[in-house]
Amino acid sequence: MASALINVPAKAKRGDIIEIKTLMSHIMESGYRHKASGEAVPRDIITSFTCHFNGAEIFRADLFPAIAANPFFSFFTTATESGKFEFEWIGDKGFSETASASISVE
Amino acid sequence: MHPPPNSTRRQFLGLAGAAAVLGTAPVVTLRPAEATPEMLASAIRNVTGGAAVKTGKVKLDVPPLVENGNTVPLTVSVAHPMAPEDHVSSIHVFNEKNPQPNVANFHLSPHAGRAQVSTRIRLTDSQKVVAIAKLSDGSFWSASVDVVVTLAACTEEVI
Repeated sequence: MASALINVPAKAKRGDIIEIKTLMSHIMESGYRHKASGEAVPRDIITSFTCHFNGAEIFRADLFPAIAANPFFSFFTTATESGKFEFEWIGDKGFSETASASISVE
Repeated sequence: MHPPPNSTRRQFLGLAGAAAVLGTAPVVTLRPAEATPEMLASAIRNVTGGAAVKTGKVKLDVPPLVENGNTVPLTVSVAHPMAPEDHVSSIHVFNEKNPQPNVANFHLSPHAGRAQVSTRIRLTDSQKVVAIAKLSDGSFWSASVDVVVTLAACTEEVI
């Protein structure tokens, strides 16, 4: 059901600053909406996003209901060696998704 | 062949009912659903620990006029080098009038190369958006932008 879109350059030169873009499909229900009957819709959001490169954390975000549905993030990192980016999203109701992308640095 | 005499009465009752719903609904749904400037100030204090926040260095890119508050593109960049001994360690985004003052916290590593983050946020109303950057030396820098929102997000009814 949930799925991630990851955009990482496949190749980079050593020392290049590269942009990483990620998008996870998720409703990000704020918990502040009501049904027509008046009952509150319970919160269901992603609360944490992390990116590790070869085991070391390079980016982390704490999310709040003010993040739009299908959370999108773009951030930067310096290409130093070939390796694997690992992405993890954790949220309400036991939500947990992972994705990965490889880069070759020359 | 004229309309039944009670049709106007029915319309009146319908309108009165609608007016009653409109009149009461905001009290029920909007009252708890708005952060106050004090909540914004205390959310910022939670991050800075009371330290002085200087204006500058931070660039907050968000459209000044937003048609749909459900997805507002936002980019924060900090004009500061990302060296291991002197870098931007985190970026925090706040708002003034959403139900919660926090939008997101981003934790960067000196490895980032560039202190810039983009995402998409929700805004319930025309309001001020604040970005604060924490540097590795413990100083805080901020920028704020006033955004006009025509279609609000977050608190609308679910059909």
